[in-house]
Amino acid sequence: MTKSELIEAITRKQHHLPAKDVELAVKHMLELMSETLAGGGRIEIRGFGSFCLHYRPPRMGRNPKTGQAVHLTGKHVPHFKPGKDLRERVNEVLRLPFSS
Amino acid sequence: MALTKADMAESLFHVFGFNKREARDLVDSFFEDLRSSLASGEQVKLSGFGNFDLRNKNQRPGRNPKTGEEIPITARRVVTFRAGQKLKARVETYAGTRE
Repeated sequence: MTKSELIEAITRKQHHLPAKDVELAVKHMLELMSETLAGGGRIEIRGFGSFCLHYRPPRMGRNPKTGQAVHLTGKHVPHFKPGKDLRERVNEVLRLPFSS
Repeated sequence: MALTKADMAESLFHVFGFNKREARDLVDSFFEDLRSSLASGEQVKLSGFGNFDLRNKNQRPGRNPKTGEEIPITARRVVTFRAGQKLKARVETYAGTRE
């Protein structure tokens, strides 16, 4: 599913709202989430999961082309931890054939 | 304070003037549709933000960390998130407290 398919799916359910409004809303929600992470904050969505930042310490890397050592500074990377409901629902597809 | 669905709905209400009910439904629907897609086995690609991919894990040996007892970790499907270039670049420069 892509962003535009997500917008279509939401519009089908919120049929009183024009697709354009749903598109604005989806882009706004993603921007809020990005902004929060960019500011070092966490996102907590019950049943879906949580996002936070993980720190990667500075390290010596290598230019794969030349083999030359380069110093890489520490940085933060986004991390997602799926929530219980998402974990269970994603796993159901695999579990069902065995449990029946 | 962490960003929650209530914060997101509040922002939709303030910024675009959706009524509170519409705002809440939009946020609920957003996460529910992401979840349904993943539950049906389809990855989600949100350009500018990142991809939610599915990985199938084989059964592997595990251990109860408390008792040391060996128990197999059953085969399962898990969700992984890979941040997109744009999000990575915005987050990388964050210089605050290290976690």
